[in-house]
Amino acid sequence: MTNPNLLITGATLPDGTRSDILIEGTQITAVGSGLSSAHAEKIDADGLVVLPGLVDLHTHLREPGYEQSETVLTGTQAAALGGFTSVFAMANTLPVADTAGVVEQVLRLGSEAGYATVRPIGAVTKGLEGVQLAELGAMANSRAQVRVFSDDGKCVFDPLIMRRALEYVKTFGGVIAQHAQEPRLTVDAQMNEGEVSARLGLAGWPAVAEESIIARDVLLAEHTGSRLHICHLSTAGSVDVIRWAKKRGINVTAEVTPHHLLLTDERAESYDARFKVNPPLRRQEDVLALREALADGTIDIVATDHAPHPVETKDCEWGAAAFGMVGLESALAVVHTTMVETGLIGWKDVARVLSEAPARIGGLASHGHAITPGVQAELVLVDPTTRRNFGVDDLASLSHNTPYLGVELSSQVVATIHQGYLTASNRAIVDAESVAARAQAVLRG
Amino acid sequence: MTARAIMQATDMHRALTRIAHEILESNRGAQSLVLLGIPTRGVTLAHRLASILESIVPGASVPVGSLDVTMYRDDLYQHPTRSTAPTEVPVSIDDATVVLVDDVLYSGRTVRAALDALTDLGRPKVVRLAVLADRGHRELPIRADFVGKNLPSAHGERINVRLVEHDGEDGVEIEEAVTA
Amino acid sequence: MKHLLSTRDLSREEAIQLLDIAEDMAAVNEREVKKLPALRGKTVVNLFFEDSTRTRISFEAAEKRLSADVINFAAKGSSVSKGESLKDTTQTLAAMGIDAVVIRHGASGAPQVLAQSGWIDAPVINAGDGTHEHPTQALLDAFTMRKRLHGTGSRGKGLDGVKVTIVGDILHSRVARSNVWLLETLGAEVQLVAPPTLLPHAVDSWPVSVSYNLDEALASSKPDVVMMLRIQQERMHDAFFPNEREYSNLWGLTQERFLALPAKTMVMHPGPMNRGLEISSAAADSPQSTVLEQVANGVSVRMAALYMVLTGEREVTHD
Ligand SMILES: [Zn+2]
Repeated sequence: MTNPNLLITGATLPDGTRSDILIEGTQITAVGSGLSSAHAEKIDADGLVVLPGLVDLHTHLREPGYEQSETVLTGTQAAALGGFTSVFAMANTLPVADTAGVVEQVLRLGSEAGYATVRPIGAVTKGLEGVQLAELGAMANSRAQVRVFSDDGKCVFDPLIMRRALEYVKTFGGVIAQHAQEPRLTVDAQMNEGEVSARLGLAGWPAVAEESIIARDVLLAEHTGSRLHICHLSTAGSVDVIRWAKKRGINVTAEVTPHHLLLTDERAESYDARFKVNPPLRRQEDVLALREALADGTIDIVATDHAPHPVETKDCEWGAAAFGMVGLESALAVVHTTMVETGLIGWKDVARVLSEAPARIGGLASHGHAITPGVQAELVLVDPTTRRNFGVDDLASLSHNTPYLGVELSSQVVATIHQGYLTASNRAIVDAESVAARAQAVLRG
Repeated sequence: MTARAIMQATDMHRALTRIAHEILESNRGAQSLVLLGIPTRGVTLAHRLASILESIVPGASVPVGSLDVTMYRDDLYQHPTRSTAPTEVPVSIDDATVVLVDDVLYSGRTVRAALDALTDLGRPKVVRLAVLADRGHRELPIRADFVGKNLPSAHGERINVRLVEHDGEDGVEIEEAVTA
Repeated sequence: MKHLLSTRDLSREEAIQLLDIAEDMAAVNEREVKKLPALRGKTVVNLFFEDSTRTRISFEAAEKRLSADVINFAAKGSSVSKGESLKDTTQTLAAMGIDAVVIRHGASGAPQVLAQSGWIDAPVINAGDGTHEHPTQALLDAFTMRKRLHGTGSRGKGLDGVKVTIVGDILHSRVARSNVWLLETLGAEVQLVAPPTLLPHAVDSWPVSVSYNLDEALASSKPDVVMMLRIQQERMHDAFFPNEREYSNLWGLTQERFLALPAKTMVMHPGPMNRGLEISSAAADSPQSTVLEQVANGVSVRMAALYMVLTGEREVTHD
């Protein structure tokens, strides 16, 4: 059994032109007006924007080890609902993804589920402990073909280990994705250090704890001639450091999360732990600096840092709560609300920061291409006119720790196409059995 | 909203003077008398009564205090939180003749609370009640021993007692019920 | 007043009303029968996730003097120390029909989380949460200042123009935070004195003046009140200052500094004191010290707070 062909009619391409798109098998075979196909399933995309399938360079799928929070299946369902066709799965699972065995397991679970291309990220150090390099080469040469390495959740703090890691991954064209958090400056830290933390009596997380690590690491990247990626920039100062480094020709890329583009530390005033996240929500000045940096290219990509947690780890006092928020389902809407509606960027830029650039940084050749014949059919259809108060019904993740409940967001994903088949359609995910069957059909060719 | 004057300053003074005489008569003099006013206006009236008593009985000194009943009320959950007022009892009330003084007697619940409050302060020989106005509608088996004026009134009406010390003038008026 | 979570929530009128009621409660506490029936039939739980015998006893005395039934719940050795959550503990209490919760918790914001959670429908009084606030302590401090300054004429008054200098670990002090907001509301002028390491990063956003130099601060402002904060044991080994000797020399109310103060300057301390560290015995035991008055006034202020959150038209349902 082969998957049906798809004919998308009347979609608006990122450059604003209207076009039909024909998908046969896993490929886009024609882009133009007046396309027809006798046997294709038709998708009316009148009024919808079509983008290359979104790529998330920073997702926590939690499996193996924390299946009560998320599994590869539910996490990639959340991805499909949010318009993502590929996710890079962070290494802080149990066991940690620091061996070929674990990354191959995650890869296999992803391709079986069939909702998105799952690319495992390997740990930089064994057990994320920052002491001894993980088996970077074994992971790179495994079937998972790991190219991104990160101890995310923890900072590769030891400067010598960081230097060695940056140098070593050059062997296979890898990149180190650094979670920039000076550990000594953030002992017990709970939220951004500033006026709000002083008032709330929550231990402060100074901006300098992030900025000092980024400054150190761009200099290390320059010295070693290596490629460096900085996860989730959250401060105006971090933007300045990255801007300086890029001007100097240092091979560094940077990401920002949707929540750091929208929310500020004042959200902590309710002590509602849904707003507790690492790095913490910052001041309005930081939010504006991040938006500007994303618009001018200083920040290369948006990545979700989708971090599912079960209800009991959030329904408690702030200090006891877990860090993190889910974000796959809301990411595009938040980017639209904060960046497109404000006139800072257009749809072509959305395609760049949410698909093309993350695919390039992650070494994901199958994704992130302009919508042209001959490329793999990884697409998302977006209704730019929808406005909704975000709710639990908008989530597919196993966990519901979203900070956007009741927040009005604009735009909505209508359909997502991965490897030529629908993973989300009519603003809902396609059921797991059908998607798994389609993925099987692709595997068999 | 219209208000009807019921007592003028002179009526009030005359009523208090009569109450003073009645107190002396029932107590057979001014000895062991203690007047305890219920805040706010009851305290002021108690002071006025005391000076009248002292003018009637030369050489007598009638102690006056205040007895706050807020914490003894039975309607603490039916009204916004009430502020308290000081309780000041200048002499021991054990074996004394305590005259409770209030401006208006209505349901009797305030007096009930006052009797409880008194119990925590000592054991008087007798307790009497003096009020400037009795408007009826009792909800408890309580009556006043000394009444300035009986004022039959409807439930919806308000009795306003105005005193120079608080309101700049003396007088009692009835405020009509507010009809929607 | 629905809850007492933070002194920031108190208007000047509410704060003065509470202090005035506390005046009347103080009078009750001097009577032979130290009991009022106001909260008869109400059950108050003292939910102490953190040890504090002083604060717990003070609340318990206040509750009993208002005729409430009292349940003491200490987390140590209970199901909480075995990992039971705040939510489960609270819902268990709610099922028992609790009318008010007095909570002491090591986590900043825990009382607010409780108050807005829906886990229990009862007023919440914050008896100290993490490094956030300790509102009844600030209220009893204000009460003590007002009483010393105005005596029997305290009723109705704020602390307008009163100069208060708070010295010590402001960064970690819930007492300091609650005092700063309340004193500002009542019209006092607040000065904070501490080493820069023990001041919040954004202290310039607070309605206070700040100094690092205690001698200069005392000499220039001639405060009406000097409030010394306790230095917690665990701060002494975390590079906030070199050692106890240096701290005491620079920021302690030594005998010498105390004797240089005007004779009418009040010396306050929330207790328990580290004698010889932040405060000398000469200061602590002097007639200018209000330390024992603060303890006595604590009961009166807590009676007023309990009365204010528990009475009124609030709908309390148990089913
Ligand atoms: Zn991270």
